[in-house]
Amino acid sequence: MLTGHQTWVFNSKPVIISSAAVGGPFEAQGALADDFDFLHQDVWLGQDSFEKAEKKLLEQACETAISKANMKKEDVQFFISGDLMNQIISSTFTARTLGIPFLGVFGACSSSMESLAMASLLIDSKAAKYVLAAASSHNIAAEKQFRYPTEYGAQKPPTAQWTVTGAGAGLVAETGDGPRVTCATIGRIVDMGLTDPYNMGAAMAPAAVDTIEAHFRDLNIDPSYYDLIATGDLGRVGHSIASKLLDKHGHKIPPEIFTDCGLLIYKDDQPVMAGGSGCGCSATVTYGHLLNRMKKGELKKILIVATGALLSPLSYQQKESIPCIAHAVSIEI
Amino acid sequence: MSNMKKKKLTPVQQEYQDFAKDIEPKRPVVKNCIRAFLVGGLICTLGQALQLIFITYLDFTEETAAAPTSAVLIIISILLTGFGIFDHIAQWAGAGTAVPITGFANTMASAAIEHRTEGYVLGVGGNMFKLSGSVIVFGAFSAFIVAIIKITINWLGGM
Repeated sequence: MLTGHQTWVFNSKPVIISSAAVGGPFEAQGALADDFDFLHQDVWLGQDSFEKAEKKLLEQACETAISKANMKKEDVQFFISGDLMNQIISSTFTARTLGIPFLGVFGACSSSMESLAMASLLIDSKAAKYVLAAASSHNIAAEKQFRYPTEYGAQKPPTAQWTVTGAGAGLVAETGDGPRVTCATIGRIVDMGLTDPYNMGAAMAPAAVDTIEAHFRDLNIDPSYYDLIATGDLGRVGHSIASKLLDKHGHKIPPEIFTDCGLLIYKDDQPVMAGGSGCGCSATVTYGHLLNRMKKGELKKILIVATGALLSPLSYQQKESIPCIAHAVSIEI
Repeated sequence: MSNMKKKKLTPVQQEYQDFAKDIEPKRPVVKNCIRAFLVGGLICTLGQALQLIFITYLDFTEETAAAPTSAVLIIISILLTGFGIFDHIAQWAGAGTAVPITGFANTMASAAIEHRTEGYVLGVGGNMFKLSGSVIVFGAFSAFIVAIIKITINWLGGM
């Protein structure tokens, strides 16, 4: 049900009956290693290309989420997924393997929450009984497509971020046990004219702020309603800009409940500059770490604001600025 | 960003960019320069040592020793790239590893490795010069311009 200007309130409160997170070697050394279902020590995952490795990550996350719910893939009506590859090949190729009717989404790194919001909408509108939502990214596959070859010796500035190698999936259902999706706020594109692909945090922060403010305005609630508000992949730079921007606009979120998936996933001594990024960042942190904490009872109400930078390598070379977006999903238990 | 570019921005964008700039960590330019100087100098010293070895112990003159010296540096650079070490050194050293011939070797080797999965012809062959291609194009072009200037000066009876 539409509430306010851009927020869906799901009256039936769709349930995330199971979820899975799969990561790579760098994530295995990270701060949230225990929250992953599978961790791979090889960035190739035994495949002969990095693109195939990413597909493998996503397949494994999806299959694990389905089997954790003691279901078969035939029982799932729709699969909604997104990733960073051109023509979202990781998602479509995974859909080929799964054989579940498929809807592809692209919102760059915000795809994780875009797919979850749409899955919840399908369930809430009784268009399906079970929908699988997922997102993935692979560090090297993303670097190869968006930046330079991995072994190329370019010095990265302190504002650069590290794309997470990982995939997360959540199975959303009408009824069952588990955390419930209560509402979602769909973001609009915000472009502050930034052009530096090594400073995505600063580019995406205004989009996150716009969606967060819209969420509270539409629902007429206060940040203190939530136990945790986590942005997707703003990193250190974007997170502090977003906090200060919210402060400036008079919507202060207490620092103890405001965090960022890109800050949570790695340890401080890992060389990730400003933090993690990519679809896999918000997907693995949400479907792994945060949902686990909810199940343990540490968190009751959380808001995930997945942020995406909608640039292409071509638009960047043509000196276009970076349009950014953020989608917020509220999960309660 | 230059002021020319900023004029195209709306006041809201401009205000945000100024606001964000204050919060962003700056590139450590002085530290980067010192590291680049040290590492770049070290690589050049190594090159000098190699040249001396070629002249002293092998049958090379100062002029002919240049080729094997570059070749050794290129081989070392490509091996380090292949073993995945070069990019870590480069993150520390910056322009120190990028400017000498080691950087050029790295651009070619890294692109070739990266696109191996797309096959030898369209992958390795087609992408090997992806980064280094512009160095060759503008290198050759500026050599051409310099040569024309030199010929013109000679023709005018100068130098």
